[in-house]
Amino acid sequence: MSKIKDKFAELEAKNQKALISYIMVGFPNEKATITAVRGLVKGGADIIELGFPFSDPIADGHVIQNASTVSLKKGTKISKFFSIVKKIRKETDIPLVLMTYTNILYHKGYSKFISEAKKAGIDGFILPDMSIEESKEYLKAAKGNADTVFLISPNTSNTRIQKIAKVSTGFLYLVAVYGTTGIKTGIKNYTLKAIKNVKKLTKGKIPVGVGFGISTPNDVKKYIKAGADAVIVGSAYLKLIEKTPQNKLESKIISFTKSLKKQTLL
Amino acid sequence: MKYPKNGRFGEFGGKYIPETLVPAIEELEENYLKFKDDKTFKKELDYYLKVYAGRPTPLYYAKNLSEKLGGAKIYLKREDLLHGGAHKINNTLGQALLAKKMKKKRIIAETGAGQHGVATAMACAALGMKAEVYMGYKDTIRQKLNVFRMDMLGCKVYPVYSGSKTLKDAINEAIRDWITNVETTYYLLGSAVGPHPYPVMVRDFQSVIGNEIKSQMKKINRTPDSLIACVGGGSNAIGTFHPLIDSNAEMIGVEAAGQGLKSKLHSATLSAGTKGVLHGMMTYLLQDKEGQITETHSISAGLDYPGVGPEHSYYKDTKRIKYHSATDAEVVDAFLMLTRTEGIIPALESAHAIAEAIKVARKGKKSESIVVTLSGRGDKDVEEVQNYLKRNVKD
Repeated sequence: MSKIKDKFAELEAKNQKALISYIMVGFPNEKATITAVRGLVKGGADIIELGFPFSDPIADGHVIQNASTVSLKKGTKISKFFSIVKKIRKETDIPLVLMTYTNILYHKGYSKFISEAKKAGIDGFILPDMSIEESKEYLKAAKGNADTVFLISPNTSNTRIQKIAKVSTGFLYLVAVYGTTGIKTGIKNYTLKAIKNVKKLTKGKIPVGVGFGISTPNDVKKYIKAGADAVIVGSAYLKLIEKTPQNKLESKIISFTKSLKKQTLL
Repeated sequence: MKYPKNGRFGEFGGKYIPETLVPAIEELEENYLKFKDDKTFKKELDYYLKVYAGRPTPLYYAKNLSEKLGGAKIYLKREDLLHGGAHKINNTLGQALLAKKMKKKRIIAETGAGQHGVATAMACAALGMKAEVYMGYKDTIRQKLNVFRMDMLGCKVYPVYSGSKTLKDAINEAIRDWITNVETTYYLLGSAVGPHPYPVMVRDFQSVIGNEIKSQMKKINRTPDSLIACVGGGSNAIGTFHPLIDSNAEMIGVEAAGQGLKSKLHSATLSAGTKGVLHGMMTYLLQDKEGQITETHSISAGLDYPGVGPEHSYYKDTKRIKYHSATDAEVVDAFLMLTRTEGIIPALESAHAIAEAIKVARKGKKSESIVVTLSGRGDKDVEEVQNYLKRNVKD
């Protein structure tokens, strides 16, 4: 029923882990988004995370902050976002996860937003400022319509991890390091320990994806080796999109994606 | 409302935060609940409030101003006389002391007008800690005197260049720092905003204002008919109102109407905003149809914020507190009137409350009394006012 769940099952059968690639919709424009998605699909990404910009992205580092600002300035509205998603859906049935902040959904109404998103072709949501304590209405609106991916952190207690795992569907998003997206700290021992711990606690009931600060094939390799079911790469893609001219964008995205995906084959 | 259940004031408040901050917020609440009624903690805080910050502050009968207006009597709660020049020190001493008990080594804060930054730097210096402060780039220019003060006090000031380059963006950046350094760092928030327990904790530390007003009015055998305070995030206002919330006094919070509520160039969140989620809380916000936070304007940097404390949102909806607004022009007039009649230079933030008090006093009876919280002094603002007057040819 869930495209994301099916994808993880399919990968397991093929003895692979998942590469989840993030891009900010409308950065730097609609055309680049469509092209980048083509590149991601051809390069072998398993799931695509589409960012919808928010004016105050507190969990994001400067790369995604800047992309949000540019996208908003270019006029990325919710209706525009959904129309882009529909265009993407005509080309691919890859699972699409929408990442944005709580206020965007709250303001429109959780039910209304989620049903419109679903109609456009969105399969799940990631809201980095949505804590489980405040999630009742959101969960109710998403139930049966979209997956709700919650985040955990290396400092999340075991009892809390279990509570969060219970309301998460699709996958569980482990924030690799203390910091915002795009942070450069290198691979930490505490992250590797956290991956093992979460895997043990969740007993394979839900896949565990690791994100924040992952930018190279080597990063991917190490996190997969530590037991992650998926890795999420975001800011590195935005940097690539920013510096690549439109006519070379698809091929550049393909080759970068291939280099990351290779590390998820066991 | 004494202590909000689940961190909610009615439907407002809560904790909408990245998961990384959850353990820090839980640790904070646990320690706050442990220390808030602890005798030693209270004694230590009272000591600093008294001999370091200069409490209690006087309640001054503004005779000249009241007589000039010919109506109700205006009393000024002189928070401007506190060390540092604003009510902010009530909260920073409380939180810095708490941070010390929690054995936190590093303190970060955001600041708008710079008053909270200065008060944080002072409290930290007094308690032997180091502070680092985020301040919107625009605010570092228009409140540069306070940047110098923080610098002198040994506090690092980081200008923030993102978004509207004001208080909202300084808070974003402080939260990002906190996420990154969560294990070592205490975030000393300056207003009654943010995720639970900040709104209630800041309110409690600021309630010393209302508690003193209560006993000072009693001493002169009066009960306030009206209480007036300015509202940005709303910490001096909630500190003024909360201890008297069960009384019959009329309460008015005054927001920044900037160039007018219709101009879009204002910061009047409660007067013109809609419900939403920002900075960890559900509250009224200034936002567009899509839920994007809009840029605000006010002549006073301290009120230039698109959100407001969740308890104010609650009292707006329950109608216990009225929320009015004052335009930049009215504020400058009030600033000059108080300066000239009483020889008191108010902060532009506080001048919003004065502007409202002028209106209320004119309509009031001589037997009535109005208490206005003069949240800060205006030395920091004289240049801004001078520039304003130059731009708007006045007497």
